[in-house]
Order: sequence, then structure tokens, then C-alpha cells
Amino acid sequence: MKLTLKIWRQKNASAKGAFKNYNVEDVDGDMSFLEMLDVLNADLIDKGEEPVEFDHDCREGICGSCNLQINGRPHGPKRHITTCQLHMRSFNDGDTIVIEPFRATAFPVIKDLVVDRSAFDRIQQAGGYISVNTSGNTIDANSIPVEKENADEAFNSATCIGCGACVAACVNASAMLFTSAKVSQFALLPQGEVEASRRVMNMVEQMDKEGFGGCSNTGACYIECPKDISLENIARINREYLKASVES
Amino acid sequence: MLSASIAKKVAMALSGLFLVFFLAQHFTINITSVIDPDTFNEWSHFMGTNPLVQFVLQPILIFGVVFHFIMGIIIELKNNKARQKGYAKYAGNKNSSWASRNMIISGAVVLAFLGLHFYDFWVPEMIYKYVEVNEALESRYYPELVHKFEDPIRVLIYVVSFVLLMFHLWHGFSSSFQTMGWNNKFSKGLQGFTKVYAIAIPAGFIFIALYLHFNQLSH
Repeated sequence: MKLTLKIWRQKNASAKGAFKNYNVEDVDGDMSFLEMLDVLNADLIDKGEEPVEFDHDCREGICGSCNLQINGRPHGPKRHITTCQLHMRSFNDGDTIVIEPFRATAFPVIKDLVVDRSAFDRIQQAGGYISVNTSGNTIDANSIPVEKENADEAFNSATCIGCGACVAACVNASAMLFTSAKVSQFALLPQGEVEASRRVMNMVEQMDKEGFGGCSNTGACYIECPKDISLENIARINREYLKASVES
Repeated sequence: MLSASIAKKVAMALSGLFLVFFLAQHFTINITSVIDPDTFNEWSHFMGTNPLVQFVLQPILIFGVVFHFIMGIIIELKNNKARQKGYAKYAGNKNSSWASRNMIISGAVVLAFLGLHFYDFWVPEMIYKYVEVNEALESRYYPELVHKFEDPIRVLIYVVSFVLLMFHLWHGFSSSFQTMGWNNKFSKGLQGFTKVYAIAIPAGFIFIALYLHFNQLSH
């Protein structure tokens, strides 16, 4: 397969950046998208050119690092996968593929296709945890009964890998799906009840402070989410927020 | 209190639901113009002269409309800041509806229409009643309404505006429940109702405008 790649190149955070076209040949349909970029980079290094910088780590759909906007969609054209799980058989010979970094004010470009997603870490740090005694008297989590339905839902919410596809897909660059998943994973469990009000208020405040947009319920986030985090999480964070506002 | 993004959206949803409720009431009165002009005159006269409607509900309604639009613009400006550099290629239609992504456009058209609507009906009514202090004739409403729909350009503007309102309601009505945290086993049924409402009410207003226009031509 022969492809033309239109890739965003940007030297550093303050540089302007522009698209550059590359031709890649002998692309195998069984290659992953990242392996195809590896081939391109090997070729660029051979020619003495600067390779294309892109984020990746586990390459098995768990870490959420490989955040690329491919042909206008986060993680490419397929649903429920990350970029590393996208195979080149999803494209046709002669295609031109546009590859951009995730665009959001809260996700500034560091270099080429790599963006800084530490805003997510700060939202998590603002309340995405439970305070437990770890001094040796830790209570076994399984000793607290949890309804099966709630346990399953909390687990589903906890599968969010924080890749940022929700932000990238949203017309408002909103981080509501991410934040709501991180709120929901505790809101559904008795262990999370104690800090529930403080958690949602602080996390929403941090989310707004980071410069993400508001949610207008377009649903693009959950369509593009590789882990199928549902919109029920957003309804839940809205509920939790209203409840906390009334209580305070 | 409305500094948080969720609080703004909830305020937007509540004011939107209030306007949705008002729209149903407005349509109920307007459809009588097609069925029985005397009933239309009678109900319009009641709405136009009842002190509770005029001095309590009307100011609340105007506040609701102004609040909804101002809040919409504030939210839009904040959302625009969240992505200052857009994508070279953006496939939004693959993951969301046009209506959901362009509420500001459909809202702006509805706002422009409201300007015309106020100019057409509300301003002359206020002058008639409170400036010129004319006698509140019950029989005047239907002829005034019919007269407005003589102009085909006005009818066309009405039709286009209500199509845009259809898009606005298609997303906004159902979305308001999600914003207020309501997403459960009953949501699917409610979504169905909101979608039917989003089509039926604007289509009803379009029907009234077209009926009154073509009915005159046939006489």
C-alpha cells in the first residue's frame, strides 16, 4: 500500500508549526498505525531528517498515550480502539491521511503530534481519590458490601484511560466525559461517599480552571471513547454537582 | 453562583425548558386561528388583557428569553476559547449531529426571528394598548394576524426560522434533561417525546403561517 501522510510538524511549544507531506511505500495492512509511523521515522532518520514525534507507550490499548487525530477523528476511523489498535487495513492504497495533534487550549502542543495532557492529572489530583488509612490498619475493600450493579458501573467508569479523545472530539473541547468518569468511579461506591461533595466541586472547579469548554451533550465524546465510557457518567456528575451545591 | 460550567448549563437547561413550555402554550392559542377565528380572538383577548398574564407572566417570559440568549452567548464564547486552534480536518458529522454542534447558529436565527416577531406583533400591541390607549377590541386579533401573513417574504422567513427552531429543539429539549442529571431507564421514552415535540410544534407553526397565507389567496 502506498500512502501520503499529511503530518503536523511543530518544533516546540512556542513554534508556529505547519503540515508537511510524506510518502510512505510498502505499508502492510497488518501493520498498526504506530508501526507505520515507525517505518516513516526509520526512513526519515536514514535520510538525516528529524523523525516525527508522537506519544506512545504500551501499544496494547491500555495506557492512553497514543493520542492522534487521524482524518478528523481521535484514534482514527474505527470505534472503541486507540491509535495503537488501529491497523492499516482500515485504509486504502493511495489514501492521503491527515494526522494532527489533539487540539485544545488545555492540551498545548509540546512537539509535532505530542500534547501536554497534565491538565487531566491536575483534575484527578483535585479530588479523584479516596482518603484511606494506610498505616497498617487498612480495611480490606471487599469487606464492604457493594451492589453488583454499582460495582459493575463503577468499574466501567474506572476503565477510562485518560487518553483525551473525548476532549479532542468535542466541539467545545470539553473534559466532561473524563471528569465524570473519574467522579463516577467513586460516587457509586460506599468508599467514595464521604468525600463525594468535596470531590465533585473541586474536580469541576479544576476542570474549568484548566480552560476546557462546557458540555453541550453532542455525544461525540462517547462515540470516540476507546473504552466506551457512557454519557450516563455526565448525567451523574451533573447530579452530584447539583446535590453538592444544594448541600453547601 | 453561575461561575461553574455545570451551573451555567443547568441555568441554560432550565430557561430552555421554560421556553419549551411557553412554546406549547403559544401554539395551542395560535392553532385556534385555523380552527375557529372567534376562539382565537377570545383567547388572544384574554392573554392581552389579563393583568396576571400582562404584568407577571409576560415580564417573566421576556426575562427567560433574554436570559437564555445571553447565557448561550456567554457559554459559546467560553467554549470557543477552549479550542483556539481548530483542526485542518474535522469529521464532526461522524460522531455527532449538526443540530447538536450548531446550537449557536440555530439559536441566532431564532433570536433574529424573535426580533421580527416582536416588531410584528408585540410592539404594535404595546403601542395600541399602552401608548395610544385604544379600546381593547376583542375582534381585532384575527384580522391583524391574517394581515401579517399576506406577505410571502414574511411567510418564507417564518418557515426558515421554524425549521431552525426544529433543529434547536431537536437537540436542546432532550439535552436539557441530561444536563440536569436525568439519564435513566425512562430517558429513552422521554427522548422520543422530545423528538416528536421538536418536529411537531415548529411544523405546526409553519402550517399555521402557510394556511393563513394560502387561505387568503384562495379568497
